[in-house]
Amino acid sequence: MSAHLPILQVVVPLLAAPFCLFLKRGRAAWGLAVLASWAALAIALALLGQVMQEGVLSYAIGDWAPPIGIEYRVDVVNAWVLVIVSGIGAVVAPYAMASIEREVEAGRIPLFYAAYLLCLSGLLGITITGDMFNVFVFLEISSLSAYALIALGQARRALTSAFRYLIMGSVGATFIVIGIGLLYVMTGSLNMADLAQLLPEVWDSRTVKVAYGFLAVGFCLKLALFPLHLWLPNAYTYAPSAVTAFMASTATKVAVYMLLRFFLTVFGAPFSFDVMALDRVLLPLALVAIASMSLVAIFQVNVKRLLAYSSVAQIGYMILGLSFATVTGLTATLLHLFNHALMKGALFMAMGCVMYRIGSVHINAMAGLGRRMPWTMAAFVAGGLSLVGVPLTVGFVSKWYLILGALERGWWPVAILVLLTSLLALVYIWRVVEAAYFRDFPGDESTREAPWTLLGPTWALVALNLYFGIDAGRTVEIARQAAEVLMAGIGP
Amino acid sequence: MSLDLLVSHYNYWVVIFLMMVGFYILISRGNLVKKVVGLNVFQTSVFMLYISMGKVSGGTPPILVYGETDVLYSNPLPHVLILTAIVVGIATTSVGLALAVRIKEAYGTIEEDEINAIEARTEATE
Repeated sequence: MSAHLPILQVVVPLLAAPFCLFLKRGRAAWGLAVLASWAALAIALALLGQVMQEGVLSYAIGDWAPPIGIEYRVDVVNAWVLVIVSGIGAVVAPYAMASIEREVEAGRIPLFYAAYLLCLSGLLGITITGDMFNVFVFLEISSLSAYALIALGQARRALTSAFRYLIMGSVGATFIVIGIGLLYVMTGSLNMADLAQLLPEVWDSRTVKVAYGFLAVGFCLKLALFPLHLWLPNAYTYAPSAVTAFMASTATKVAVYMLLRFFLTVFGAPFSFDVMALDRVLLPLALVAIASMSLVAIFQVNVKRLLAYSSVAQIGYMILGLSFATVTGLTATLLHLFNHALMKGALFMAMGCVMYRIGSVHINAMAGLGRRMPWTMAAFVAGGLSLVGVPLTVGFVSKWYLILGALERGWWPVAILVLLTSLLALVYIWRVVEAAYFRDFPGDESTREAPWTLLGPTWALVALNLYFGIDAGRTVEIARQAAEVLMAGIGP
Repeated sequence: MSLDLLVSHYNYWVVIFLMMVGFYILISRGNLVKKVVGLNVFQTSVFMLYISMGKVSGGTPPILVYGETDVLYSNPLPHVLILTAIVVGIATTSVGLALAVRIKEAYGTIEEDEINAIEARTEATE
């Protein structure tokens, strides 16, 4: 059984998805989705434990030995990302029940859970597979279900946002297929570990460099790096709250993982940094993303859109860590993958609670809400402090390693910019806090705290924010090991 | 660039032409259905890229010939990959068209500039 964990990781949610359709009742489909996502988390944790003890796991699907057959290959890096994705999936699934019953019409609820599980299994598949074309297939499974999930939003603008995401996402995915095809032409292999051995022989060819370019643009579209982020703000704003919480914490993280996996494991760090100058391309983009998107976030009146712009800025921090081209920088990137999933998940889930009670997330509609919904707003404040990077939260740990990485390279201005942009985060979080705590509540006197089915999962994430902020030893250790694996590569 | 290179790589020129046509439709047209069609042409060009690169000069279709040992086959793997990609393309097209239908129901139009105008008006009243 434990030998088959890598395939079960993907197959369990994938098979549960169609069963959600057969269960006509929303609650039954919900129960199945919760079970499947918890099973996925248990498998991911077991895999991480196994990898930490025994090293790399290789699973040949259908017993066809790689590189001919499709290989699922688990090392510290993707075991870590698997835990992030399935962990968020397992927290959002129980949260979705009340939130989705309020925001999606009853007939569509089983469809929602089917799409949710498909999206989850697609993201897990991208992460676990060691085969390039398999990455594309799972990418499309997760993207297509994501378009459907976003289109379920209440406002009609959810439809146009989903359409725009579909166009940009498909262009990105097609660019990735072109890149994969060109690599196949040059090497005759689709297996990542095999490619890492074969590619150094053909480094000089223009085809490989063109493939690299296509892949870079495709990944940056998918992970919403400035200036390719245009699909993200509207998609996150108008999607149902549970979908936003799930997508914001997983989809872009998996795209960052894809970028790391392709450019550091398949192509290798020497090719990426010395030949293609990836670090020098990404550094300015990351800095502009952080500064400009944090500024834009300050002027938003819709809090979900504010957090969406903040997400684009936070992706900038992850890419900034990569552009240091050092183990410390990558450690910061991998830490921030996990930490940002925790904080953005908590923040968007708090917004889901507000949506559930007052039906709007406009900043003016939230006036005085601190007294009406104390637990919800306290969760928002805790998540916000983590986003700013206050000590004792996970945000501090990420920023700490990011600044260490900058200083290690001797880049003082970058370190200062990271500190200054944290203050920008403080400004946009403060605007919400000011409205919620320092204004009078104009609305209905009967407005009460959100139900515990929503607050429970939200506070579970807030608690993790604080726990891993205080006891960061374990997460830092895993992230550092993963960074070392990525930098060392598996090439000859 | 010699004429030889142009002629011997003609499959790539076809691919690049199709790709640019698809991309141009995607960017320049405001009609959502036309955008989906442009996306389709764009994706099809990549199918052509894969399929044409699997061709081995002088190779037969990859069907096993019994009794003969030294048969030159074309590479079947890109074809198989593209079968999958075609399915993905159909799924993308159908999701895109389904969204266009729902946008038509919600906005009464599928022209991008008209939708933008409606959205700008609703945003102003918010």
